[in-house]
Amino acid sequence: MATLRHQQEKLGLDTFLRGLWEENPVFVMLLGMCPVLAVTNSTMNAIAMGLATTFVLVASSGLISLLRNLIPKQVRIASYIVIIATFVTVVDYAIQAISLDLYNALGAFIQLIVANCVILGRAEAYASKQRLHTTLVNSLGMGAGFTVALLALGTVREVLGNGTLLGFQVMPANFEPWVVMILPPGGFFVLGSWLLLFAYIRQRQDQRVLEKGGVSDAR
Amino acid sequence: MQGESLGFIFLNAAVVNNFVLALFLGICPFLGVSAKKETAWNMGLATLFVMLVSSVSAYGINWLLTELDLMFLRLICYIAVIASAVQLVEMFIKKFSPSLFRSLGIFLPLITTNCAILGLALFQTAKEYDFLQSVVYALGAGVGFTLALLLMSGLREKLELAEVPAVSQGAAMSLMLAGLLSLAFMGFAGLGGSHG
Amino acid sequence: MMQAAPSTPGFRMIRTLGAIAMLSGLLVVLVFRWTEPIIAENQRIAIEKAVFQVVPGATRRVDVVLGADGIALATDAAGEGETVYAAFDEQGKLKGIALAAGAQGYQDVVKLLYGYDPACSCIRGIKILKMTETPGLGDKIAFDPGFLRNFEALSAVVNASGDGLTNPIEAVKHGHKQFAWEVDAISGATISSVAVANALNRSMQRMAPLIQRHRDALGEVVR
Repeated sequence: MATLRHQQEKLGLDTFLRGLWEENPVFVMLLGMCPVLAVTNSTMNAIAMGLATTFVLVASSGLISLLRNLIPKQVRIASYIVIIATFVTVVDYAIQAISLDLYNALGAFIQLIVANCVILGRAEAYASKQRLHTTLVNSLGMGAGFTVALLALGTVREVLGNGTLLGFQVMPANFEPWVVMILPPGGFFVLGSWLLLFAYIRQRQDQRVLEKGGVSDAR
Repeated sequence: MQGESLGFIFLNAAVVNNFVLALFLGICPFLGVSAKKETAWNMGLATLFVMLVSSVSAYGINWLLTELDLMFLRLICYIAVIASAVQLVEMFIKKFSPSLFRSLGIFLPLITTNCAILGLALFQTAKEYDFLQSVVYALGAGVGFTLALLLMSGLREKLELAEVPAVSQGAAMSLMLAGLLSLAFMGFAGLGGSHG
Repeated sequence: MMQAAPSTPGFRMIRTLGAIAMLSGLLVVLVFRWTEPIIAENQRIAIEKAVFQVVPGATRRVDVVLGADGIALATDAAGEGETVYAAFDEQGKLKGIALAAGAQGYQDVVKLLYGYDPACSCIRGIKILKMTETPGLGDKIAFDPGFLRNFEALSAVVNASGDGLTNPIEAVKHGHKQFAWEVDAISGATISSVAVANALNRSMQRMAPLIQRHRDALGEVVR
């Protein structure tokens, strides 16, 4: 699964779905953790950050895939960084134009999308080798996986830490919010819990395979 | 804000708003190279060094772009210049101090994509620090980063000896530890309260 | 793009990087030109909303640079000083001046906008613009109704020599407010409350004498 195929991948459902689960950038590959932890203190921020990152991911991967035969090997990283920084600047201005409140809530983390290793990783490992349409679908899947991960943290932290979801009260009035959840430590705790849950599920799956007498290829 | 004292800027960047534990910058190296105290120390030093270099270059770029009225190119210039500054530093160290290169060398390229470095450049611009303030801010951020890395590696070395359920080993455990550290660092908030 | 016939690797690298840099520059400039007016409009609305909130009854604002040597319209951009927002009602009567201020809070800097009414020599309202105080405790400075009542008529009278306030604005422990220039702190969020009082005091010590000195001129800028 993790072999770097130099031959062209055929477009399939798996091209998209891989980013959501099997190679989820956050929960499986542990990439791009900084924004995941920093902007997920509310669901709205999580959605906005997820969409912004997905846009940069798809746009820059697409362009890199188009130019993949023109970029000499020696300067490829520099070219990728310039392309990514360009699209991040575009998103930065777009969000300012859409809503200043949102821009202030996300702060410097929109510009820090540049340093998100998910995007550079995609460019290096996939977009620089594959054709345009598979690249677009694959990076869309990765972006979706990233957004889902942000949402998984954002909803839990907002509901527990503030008693609200997207600003609406969802917890009963006598619920005492766990303020720590929207503070920095809460980010670490919630992400840690999610990873624990996924590790547990994977362990159960492995066990089931073993019980059936099959050969487990995991790990 | 103008008029913040240098000591306060240092303290603020190092502990009150620690880059790793309060602002979530540089999480990847924080989780990746905090298994051993030795490597954590080297990584911390390398980061501190690069932070100083990029803080100075970011100050220069910002001045130049403001003069030229080209603010919209700031992000692209920052990342490009930081990446090349790291390369230059690497070549420089390799040539003049091979022993230092051996201990820091492999970490330098890793640092280029460390968002703490870019974050530092962006924050010092947003806070409108002057030159000296920027340098002190970078120093504080680097010391804070090293501190967080060292604390974390100390904890993880101890944990190697403890028996934990297999399912919670690895990243999940590291994140829980980081959460506890972050909780502890919240105690530093208010240090600046008596100031001004 | 056509492949130039025989080219050295160095030339190819420079050409590719140059082309990419030009492409990205073009894209960024296009987006910047397109979004610039929208962003400026958003910022204008945000400032206006905040100004009209801290100066009750105001419907119009004029940006003024206020310095030691007098006042100037912000659009003229001449002279040293601090930009303030003079706020007027429908009839063109000066309702107050909105000023920005900031001080170190519990976690990081607290930034706020407040409205000063030169007619009653008092602060009429504040709005917290930026803070990272502890949710549930320090962040009450932004919305706690009891705390905000402090700033409906907080006294800031200029002293006889005209270089500061007669009584500095001070935060006192919750429930101990005696005078019109004291701020009743929120219990459990003393440091955050003190930060607000400090920000107001520092700004007013400097700006209130200037505003009073140029009060008539400020009333005229609307025309």
